[in-house]
Amino acid sequence: MDSVNLMALAKTEAHEETARIMQICNACRYCEGFCAVFPAMERRREFTPADTAYLANLCHHCGACYHACQYAPPHEFGVNVPQTLAERRHETYAELAWPRPMARAFDNNGLIVSMVISAALALAVGLMLAMISPSLFWGVHIGEGAFYQIMPHTVMAGIPMTISAFVVLSFILSWRRYWRETGARWQGWSALMGAMSATASMRYLGGDAKGGGAGCSGPDDVPSMRRRYFHHATFYGFMLCFASTSTGTLYHYLLGREAPYGYFELPVILGTVGGIILCIGTAGLWYEKKRMEPAMKSLKAMGMDYAFIWLLFWVSATGLILLAVRETSFMGLALAIHLGLVYGFFLILPFSKFVHGLYRFAALLADEGEKKIEAA
Amino acid sequence: MYTKNANHQDPLWDIVVVGAGNAGLCAAITAAEAGCSVLVIEAAPKDMRGGNTRHTRNLRAMHEAPTDILSEAYGLDEYFDDLMRVTKGVTNKHLAELTLKKSSELTDWLQARGVRFQPALTGTLNLGRTNAFFLGGGRAMLNSLCRHAESLGVVFRYDTKVADLSLDEGICDGVVLSDGQRIHARKTIATAGGFEANLDWLAEGWGEPAKNFLVRGTPYNTGGVLKSLLDQGAQIVGALDQCHAVAIDARAPKYDGGIASRIDGVPFSVVVNKYGKRFYDEGEDFWPKRYAIWGRLVAKQPDQIAYAILDSHGVKRFMPSVFTPIKADTLSELAGQLDLDAEALEETVSAFNAACPEGAIDQSILDGKATKGLVPDKTNWSAPIATPPFYGFPLRPGITFTYMGVEVNDEAQIMMQDGRPAANLFAAGEIMAGNVLGQGYLAGIGMTIGAVFGRIAGEQAALGLKDNQRGKAE
Repeated sequence: MDSVNLMALAKTEAHEETARIMQICNACRYCEGFCAVFPAMERRREFTPADTAYLANLCHHCGACYHACQYAPPHEFGVNVPQTLAERRHETYAELAWPRPMARAFDNNGLIVSMVISAALALAVGLMLAMISPSLFWGVHIGEGAFYQIMPHTVMAGIPMTISAFVVLSFILSWRRYWRETGARWQGWSALMGAMSATASMRYLGGDAKGGGAGCSGPDDVPSMRRRYFHHATFYGFMLCFASTSTGTLYHYLLGREAPYGYFELPVILGTVGGIILCIGTAGLWYEKKRMEPAMKSLKAMGMDYAFIWLLFWVSATGLILLAVRETSFMGLALAIHLGLVYGFFLILPFSKFVHGLYRFAALLADEGEKKIEAA
Repeated sequence: MYTKNANHQDPLWDIVVVGAGNAGLCAAITAAEAGCSVLVIEAAPKDMRGGNTRHTRNLRAMHEAPTDILSEAYGLDEYFDDLMRVTKGVTNKHLAELTLKKSSELTDWLQARGVRFQPALTGTLNLGRTNAFFLGGGRAMLNSLCRHAESLGVVFRYDTKVADLSLDEGICDGVVLSDGQRIHARKTIATAGGFEANLDWLAEGWGEPAKNFLVRGTPYNTGGVLKSLLDQGAQIVGALDQCHAVAIDARAPKYDGGIASRIDGVPFSVVVNKYGKRFYDEGEDFWPKRYAIWGRLVAKQPDQIAYAILDSHGVKRFMPSVFTPIKADTLSELAGQLDLDAEALEETVSAFNAACPEGAIDQSILDGKATKGLVPDKTNWSAPIATPPFYGFPLRPGITFTYMGVEVNDEAQIMMQDGRPAANLFAAGEIMAGNVLGQGYLAGIGMTIGAVFGRIAGEQAALGLKDNQRGKAE
C-alpha cells in the first residue's frame, strides 16, 4: 500500500490554473461570504497540488462566485472559479482512483459508464432468458419468495455482496490516499459533526456560507434553491432506498421472511417513497445542470455528471416499475432489468460521479478541522 | 396623463439614465417604481457593465444602533467628523449632511430590492462598524439591482456610448449617441462616472506623469458626458487633479485592475524611488489610514515608479497580493531584477537597518519603533531588512476615480454657471461626488453618495412626470 503514497499529486495544467486563480482570489476576497472554499483559501498563501485538490473538492459548484466576479472573462485576468475547480476536481477523481489503472475510467466517463451498464444489463437479462425456462420467466409469481423463482436468493444477494466488498475496499483506499495527500488532519468529533451538518443541509448550495442565502446562481445570476432541494431529494431518496434494502435483508435473515413484501411493509414503503423522491431529485438535477450558465460548466466532467444522474434515475425508476408489475407476467423481465442496472451501478460506483460524495465529505471534514484550529 | 409611446419608432421616454452603475440603477429603480418609463444607456457591454461599482465592495452607512449588517453605532456627528477630517473641509456641508443622513436608509432599501449583504469577515480593513459589505462584492450587487430594474420594466441598452447631452438654455432636449442617434426623454439623469480612464484629460491636471498612471477603475469612464455638460455651461465642482489614487503593483493591467492590484506591505517595507532613495515615512500610521495618500506620493516621484523592499519576515505580515513579489537571495541581486542601482539600494537599506531600534515590532498597534536620524524617519514598525530572501514590489499610482464633476442642488439637479438649476437634468454618482468629497478619501463613501443621490435624482425626476399639472406649475 505504501507504494501509492510515494506518488504525490501531480502538477497538472488544471492545478496550475487553479493556483493562478486562487492567487488572484486571495488578493480580492470579495467572495468570502459565499461558501467554505474562499475562507479555506484565505488560510493559505501558496497553493500546492494538495491545496488545489482540497479546494476543488470543497467546491459545490453553485456558481455564485462566477457571476459576482469582477475578474471573470472577458476581463484579462480570466477568472472562472467554478469551471476551473470542476476540472481540477474531475482530475483528482482519476488520480485517486483505486485500483490505479481504473483512473482512465474517468476520461470519457459517460461512455464507459454507459458501456458497463449496458453490458451488465444485457448479461443479466440474457443470462436469465437463457437459463430460465420461458414458462417460469414469463410466469406469474405471487407471494413470498416469488422473486426467487426467477433467481435464487444466494445468487441475487451474492453478486452485490461480492461487488460491495470490492467497492468498499476501493473507497477506503481512495479516501486514505486523498486524506494523506492533501495533508488533512483529524480534529475531533466536533469537526465530524460540522461536516455531517454541512452535508445533511447542503449549506453551501445556499449561496451564502451563513445559511441566509437565496440558493445557487442560475443563468444571469438569478438565485434559486432548486438545485439544493433536488440534491436533497437525490441524497435522501438514495438513503431511503438503501434503508429499504437493509430492512429487506433484516426481514430475510432475522425474521426469515422472503421478498416480495406487502405494499405497506417497511422495505416496500421505504423503497417506494425513496424511489419516487430519487427520480424527482435526479430529473431535477439533470434539468438544473442543463440550464446552468455554460461558461461555468466543465466539459470534461459533463459526461460523468449526466451518466451518473441518469443511471441513478433508471435504477430507481426500474425499481418502481418492478413494484408495479410484480404480480404480472412481466415480473421476470422487470426484475432482470432492475437487477442488471443495480449490479452495474454498484460495479461502476468507485469510477463514477458517486465519488464526489466521498471527497466532498473528506474536504468538509478537513475544513471543519481547520476552522476549529483557527478559532482556537 | 403621459403615454409611454413604447411601440413608436422614436419613443419619448419619461426618463433616460446615462450609466448603469450604482447611482444609475438606484435612480432608474426609484423612477420606475414611481411609474415612469425608464431607459438606461450603458457604455460597457453587459459583462462589463456598471462602471466602478463592479470594483466596489461596500458602502458607508450611518446607524444609531447595531443592525444585522453593521456593528455598534456610527452616528451623524462621527461620520461628519470623519468626512471633514479627510476632505479638510473641501465639501458642500449642506449636501454632505444630507448624504450622511440619508445613508441610514440605504441598506434596508437595497435589501428590499434584492441586494444581499454579509457580515464583515477579514481583509476588510476593519470596517465592519462603519461599512456594509455586499455579499460577493459590487458586481453581485449590480446583478441584483439590474434584475430588479428589469422586473420593473426598465429597459437597458448596453455597449452604447453617449456622445453628447444636448442642452438648450438649461433644458436637456436630447441624448445623442456616438452613432448619431438621438434619444428623447422628458428628464435625463447623468450617472456616467468620472474621467479616470481618459489619460489625456488627467494630463491636463497632472501633466506628463499622467501617462504613467494605471487606471484601477473601469476603462469605460472616459468622461464624455461630464465634458459635454461642462462645455455647455454646467457649473464645475472639484479640482482637476483630485482623485482617489493608491499605490498599486506596477505589473497590474493598465485598466480595470481593481482591488486585487493593491499592495498592503508598505508599512513593513522601505519604499525607494528609481534612484534607490526613500522619500516618505512608510510607518506614519495604520495602512487603512494611509493607503490613499501613496498614489499621490508615487505620482510625484521621477517616472512615477517606486519599489517596496522587504525581507522574509516582512513579506508575511500583510495580505497576499495578486502578483508574486520579485525575490532574490541578496539585495544587489534584487536591485538588478528591479532595475535599480545595487549600491544605492544597499546603501539605503543598510542606513535604514542601522537606524532601526532594538526589539520586535508589533503591527497590531502604533508601536513607536522609529528609526533615528534618517530623512525621512520611519516612525513605526521599523525592523531591519536583513533576512534573505529579499522581496520587491514595483509600485505605480493607481487611480480609481476622479472627483471633479458638476455641481448639484438638494434635488440632484445639475447647477448651471448662471446659478440656476437645469430644469430636467439630474446627476448622481461619481460625476457629482466632488460636491461632497472634494479631496481625500473615506472608504465606501463613493457608493453612499451614488446611492443617496441616485435615489434623489430618480425621485425628483419622476415627481414632475407623475403629476403633470404640478410639473408645469414648477
